[in-house]
Amino acid sequence: MTPLLFADITVFVLSLLVGFEVISKVPATLHTPLMSGANAIHGVVIVGVMLIAANTTTPVGYGLLLLAAAFAAMNVAGGYIVTDRMLAMFKARPAEQGVRS
Amino acid sequence: MSGFDTVTHAVYLACAVCFVLGLHLMTSPVTARRGNQLSAAGMLAAIATTVVVLARDGQATLLAAVTLTLGIAVGAVAGAVAAHRVKMTAMPQLVSVFNAVGGGAAALIAVGDAVAQSHSGDLAAEPVRVTLTTVLDVLIGGVTLSGSLVASGKLAGVLPGRPIAVPAGRWINLALALAVVAAGGAYLTGNGGLAVLCLVVAAALGIGVVMTLPIGGADMPVVISLLNAFTGTAVAMAGFVIGSTPLIIAGALVGAAGAILTKLMADAMNRSIGAIIAGGFGTGDENAGGPAA
Repeated sequence: MTPLLFADITVFVLSLLVGFEVISKVPATLHTPLMSGANAIHGVVIVGVMLIAANTTTPVGYGLLLLAAAFAAMNVAGGYIVTDRMLAMFKARPAEQGVRS
Repeated sequence: MSGFDTVTHAVYLACAVCFVLGLHLMTSPVTARRGNQLSAAGMLAAIATTVVVLARDGQATLLAAVTLTLGIAVGAVAGAVAAHRVKMTAMPQLVSVFNAVGGGAAALIAVGDAVAQSHSGDLAAEPVRVTLTTVLDVLIGGVTLSGSLVASGKLAGVLPGRPIAVPAGRWINLALALAVVAAGGAYLTGNGGLAVLCLVVAAALGIGVVMTLPIGGADMPVVISLLNAFTGTAVAMAGFVIGSTPLIIAGALVGAAGAILTKLMADAMNRSIGAIIAGGFGTGDENAGGPAA
């Protein structure tokens, strides 16, 4: 086991702990937007897809790269937009009530 | 470490901070939208940095650059259009589709890396650190891809929302799991190469379908959240395969946060995650008047 791998494992474990801690009490209405927001964050996979492009030289590799790039871009672009739309309508409701009362 | 490396690592670190803070802000109604925007800003910075890294290295062939750009353009437009046009009520199934493609992309990274390695060097000589995470990435990513598509199909009404009992589902699952262990073990010990990796992919896709089909439509949001946590873990594994810290951080973050969120959602429905995965309850379309059989 190399020191570099150990550093990666350390980062992995600590990130897991951060993930557990960062979500504490969430009102039920925010469950779906939060799920969608977390879904958008794992769209970071697009960075990985871009990095493997540097080693892609075979026809099969180009095919996989094209598919992976389309998948990842769809995840990241769609994920953030749909989350924003969910949260936009969520935010509009308390404001309307504020005007009425 | 050159000055350039220092800057890129610092930006990646800042992006990770954006993801964590963004996720935290998203747990309160007042700050939720700002949280998502912060996380999106972090994502844009990560992507922009990676573009600079690629351009500076100059390793990618012109065809690879064109392929990458084309793929991203098509995917981004498709995702953005779908996200803009979807009806409010249909959002959960769209999120599930985005989750499916995210898991698929994570699995494809490992497969793409293996293809590149088998072409340029000896695949059997890969260290266990790479082969083990490759198998895990392909397994989790594959399960998420097919499982999320089935979940989405159930919510969208393409598939019946009621629990679909898979004949001898338990045995099929066992057989698929054994296939994963056997093929994964062979890959780990440097035997079989790409062929057994493809076998892991096929078995993982099967597991995702067999796992999700018996679950009722009413439980689908919890299942999508669980598969979301799976994708996070798959992305972290992809990070280990190609040695990319941002993927490890963000993947583990989503994996853990998604797991907690899944538990919260199940608790809110008075259901246990175990009972949901076991399936056969909560049809979600009782009111549709469809016959049960």
